[in-house]
Formats: sequence, structure tokens, C-alpha cells
Amino acid sequence: MNRRNFIQLAGIAAGLSMTSFSIIARAGEVLPKKGRRVVVVGGGYGGTIVSKYIRMSDPSIEVVMIERNKTFVSCPFSNLVIGGSRDLKDNMITYDNLAAKHGIQVVYDEVTGIDVAAKQVRVGAGTISYDRLVLSPGIDFRFDELEGYDPIETPKYMPHAWKAGEQTLRLRKQLVDMADGGTVVLSVPVTPFRCPPGPYERISQIAWHLKNHKPKSKLIVLDANPDIVSKGPLFRKAWEKHYKGIIEFNAANKVSKVDHKAMSVDTGVEEIKGAVINVVPPQKAGAVAYMAGVVGEDKKWCPVNQVTFESTLVPNVHVIGDACSAGAMPKSGYSANSQAKVCALNVVQLMNGKELIPPSHVNVCYSYVTDKEAISVSAVYKVAEGKTIAVPNSGGVSPDLSELEGVYAHSWIKNILHEMSS
Amino acid sequence: MKPKGIAAAIIGGCFMIHAPAWAESPSQAAMLSNTCAGCHGTNGTSAGPSMPTIAGMPESYLLESMKKFKSGERPSSIMGRLAKAYSDEEIKMVADFFAKHPFGREKQEVDAAKVAIGKQIHDQRCKKCHMDNGRDSEDSGILAGQWKEYLTISMSEFRSGKRKMPEKMAEKVEGEGKLTPEEVEAIIHFYASQQ
Repeated sequence: MNRRNFIQLAGIAAGLSMTSFSIIARAGEVLPKKGRRVVVVGGGYGGTIVSKYIRMSDPSIEVVMIERNKTFVSCPFSNLVIGGSRDLKDNMITYDNLAAKHGIQVVYDEVTGIDVAAKQVRVGAGTISYDRLVLSPGIDFRFDELEGYDPIETPKYMPHAWKAGEQTLRLRKQLVDMADGGTVVLSVPVTPFRCPPGPYERISQIAWHLKNHKPKSKLIVLDANPDIVSKGPLFRKAWEKHYKGIIEFNAANKVSKVDHKAMSVDTGVEEIKGAVINVVPPQKAGAVAYMAGVVGEDKKWCPVNQVTFESTLVPNVHVIGDACSAGAMPKSGYSANSQAKVCALNVVQLMNGKELIPPSHVNVCYSYVTDKEAISVSAVYKVAEGKTIAVPNSGGVSPDLSELEGVYAHSWIKNILHEMSS
Repeated sequence: MKPKGIAAAIIGGCFMIHAPAWAESPSQAAMLSNTCAGCHGTNGTSAGPSMPTIAGMPESYLLESMKKFKSGERPSSIMGRLAKAYSDEEIKMVADFFAKHPFGREKQEVDAAKVAIGKQIHDQRCKKCHMDNGRDSEDSGILAGQWKEYLTISMSEFRSGKRKMPEKMAEKVEGEGKLTPEEVEAIIHFYASQQ
């Protein structure tokens, strides 16, 4: 092909793609609106539940849930996959029953833009209009705060596995393949991040694997926080009981630089090499929150009205789950489930011109410290003077590590995943 | 435009057909109770074997249970810690909410021989209070179709003295002809077998 032909072809190709784009633009609505409609973006712990509970509370409201993946993989319980006592398949759900039983219209597509003035979400196939929009986008990462971190290349060598799926399995494989005697390095970012006890459960699960399969190995933890962020005394007790000499825990050690070719991380004071390195990057709200302009002044999380979860920045857009700031509530799966229900009920009230209902939330987080023993933290939350607070003199952590907590945790994951998929 | 209209009408029709039967308007009771579903299942029917189904339980039983969790009289891992956050009035609303929903039953694995022995013991000792094969009761929990694993945990709490048995139950379980662990297991299989 000579140069002129190429240019002509390129011109035709460009012309074609412009034509097809305008066809899409003219086609407009992917699903023409029949009546009042809520569009939900994200099919995780928050998105599935807000969709279902809106339909359960008022079946006259249409719900369209947009999600890019056909299968959801749960982050809660994915640390057990890394430790080797659970199959990742048991963390997966699909959306078929939500559509069949509740009439939720599930659109498998990627959100590419949000026009809050026109109240439209743009997806690959066209646009979807809403009366109210609920975003449950989860998290994205502040990779730019880690010098040397390549968002595509680095996780191939140093999986973060902070979104469950392929990277969970990669980290597991690296731990299995590692020679006995190899060093594992795990770094924890500054709070707030998804699942406050998550890094410490992962430390326990990696240590459990090392104790049973790589007894000459050790795990170096670099935690950017001044101390263990959640359930500190219980995790310390578990590590003392089960993993003495395996875990080297360093608080107030923030990783600022990574080098996936040299397999090392740098705290600014010291460079540490590892055979397996699990850098959990600092986090922010998922990308669609930025498209809707609902991210707050901190440029990380979304400020919301605590009664309705409506953005304080953009009307008719609600944000739930890890991406929003909900006062004292941690960024957890159970929190997202609870926020989704509060949001659903009050969205229905708003759309029906009825009085708002004072929120009531629950959070329960179990963490496994071995394959069977677990610990837990729980709380009830209410809104007082516009702020979400834990109800005083209630909640708290389990008195000890126990297998019974592990038995209850197992039923918890069954129930909460079942709730999201039925 | 015409085909589009028809497609939309079909979608509209689907909404009507698939509107869930238990649709209920938002209320303070639903706001308080929905949060329980994270562990106890949507509207109180559990999908996890160590978490009891609480839907369809007598209101008095749910009220009494929550009060005992709150005071610590009934042992628990999480429930006691959470119960402390609710006022008596709120607990009443939650009890009323779950009492109104139907108790959902899932098929469980049971041993037919154990079910038969359990049925005999039930007829001799339990049926006065746990009526209709454990399906009905004035103030105790519904046992028919309850999860085996939950019932096993409960009975071990009762028998170890961690949880106080009601007087009549103590008489039937620990009194004359005290039940063996095998007999307790058989009764659990019997109740779990009820659909």
C-alpha cells in the first residue's frame, strides 16, 4: 500500500466511524423510558441492593442497572482464596435473578460519560435517561502517589488484589510458586481505604499459608498508618498465637516508590526487596463518580446528604458504598448493603413526594485469622444533626478469636451474596 | 418507531408480571429491619445455615429474644452487641416486621433414620409446645424447616448451660429419661426435614 492509499483508507475509516457514531447519537435511548426511572451504575454490594430494594418498595419505578461485568466477584472472603482455604468461584454471583424476579433491567455496558444537566448516562450503545441516578462505583486507585507505579505493568508483577478477581488468583499463585525461604512484602496505604480490617486479614492469611507451606519464609508488613487500623488488639493476639516469628509488622512505614523490575519497594528510608510483593495502593472513588462531578474538595471521595445519599454537589445523583463519605461508617461490603437500603427507601420517598425516613444502618465485618478462626466488629449507625454516628454503648469487637465466629462469618457471606443475587 | 413502541410495551408488561409479591412501601419498621437482612436474609429468610430464619416467628418470641440478647442473658457473638443499640420501641417494630413475613424453607440434607427417631421423640416430648411438627407455637421459635446448623448451635448452648432453657423444656430435655446427644441430633434432623 502506498502512502496516498493509506491516507484515503484512513479517511474512509474515520468517515465511517463518524457516521456510525452519529447513528448511535440519533438512536439515542438504549431503553426508552416508560415512566419514572432510577438508573444505578455498578452491580456490587451497593448497586444490586439499591436496585432490588427500590423495586421491592415501589414496583412502579423502573430500575436500570448498568454493570460492565456479567459476573461479580466479592472482595469479602477473597483473602481466604489468597490463604488457600477457599475457591474464588464461591465468591461469584450473577444478575439473572435480579432481572427475572424483580424486573430490574440489567445493561452490561461501560459508562463513558454522565450528563447531569440532561440527566443522561452515556454507555457504549447509546444513552440512558434517568430521573434519579445512583452511583455505586466502588474504588479506583491513586497510583500517581506511588513513584514508579505503572497502572498496567506493575500489577502483573506486584498484584494489589484489592479488587477481587484475576489479581487475587495471581497473588495466590505467586505465594504457591515462591521458594521456601522467600520474603513476602505487603504494604498498607493511609486510611481511608476499602475494608479497614482487610489488610490485616490478608496478613493473617498469607502468614497462615507460610506457616503451613513455607516455614522458612517471612512476611514484612509496611503500614503507612501509626498502628493497625481495625481490630488491632485481636489481630495482634492472633499473630502472637499463630504466627510468631513469621510476621514483621512495621507501623508508620509508608511506601512511596515501587520498582516491579527489581521487585522492591521504597519507604524513603529504606529499600526492601521481596519474592512476592503485595502493594495495596492508596484509593479514591471509582471513575464514574468523577464523570458525574460528585467528588468533593479532597478530590478523593463523594460528600453526600446522610439521609438520602444524594450528592451535596449535584442534584438527583446519589452515591453509596466505598465511594461516598458516610461519617463514622467504614468502607465495607456490609456498609454498602446498608447504605443501599437507606438510599432505596428515601429515593422512593423523594420520588413519591413523601416524608424522608430517619436512616438506620448496621455494619458487621468478620476477619479470618486462620482458615477457621475469625474475629468481628459490628455497629449500628444513625444520623444525628446531619452526621452518621455509631449508636453509643453498642457494637464493638468480638471478645476473642473463635471458630464459632468463623462459622457465623461463613453464613454471613452466604446470606449477603444470596441477597445480592436473588 | 412502531416496533420500538411494541418492545417498550413488552418491557412495561414484564414489570407488572415481575413486581415482587411482598412489595411494601417504605416505613420506619422497614428501615430498621432491612439492615438485619445482611445476615438473616431478605425479609428474614436465611440462606446461611448458622443464621436462623427469623421471618414468620411469633412476635412475642422475637421480642423476648432481642431483650435477652440486649441484657446478655442469651449468648451470642454479634447479636448482643447490636441489640444494645435499639430502644424497646424499635425492637417492637422489628419484631412486628419479621413476624408478618412468611418463614421460607429450603431443602436440607437429612438422614431418614434420624428423622424417624426424631419424630417419635417429638411426639412424646415436644409437640405440646412446638405444635404442628414445630411449625406453630405461641411463644417459642418456629423449628420446622429451621437450619440444622443453627439448631445444633442452639441445643449445645442450652445443654452446656450457656443459655437458660424454659422450665418445661428443661423438664423434657434434661428431666426423666434425659435425652442423649444422639436423640437431640435426631430431633434436629426431624425439624430440619419439615418443608
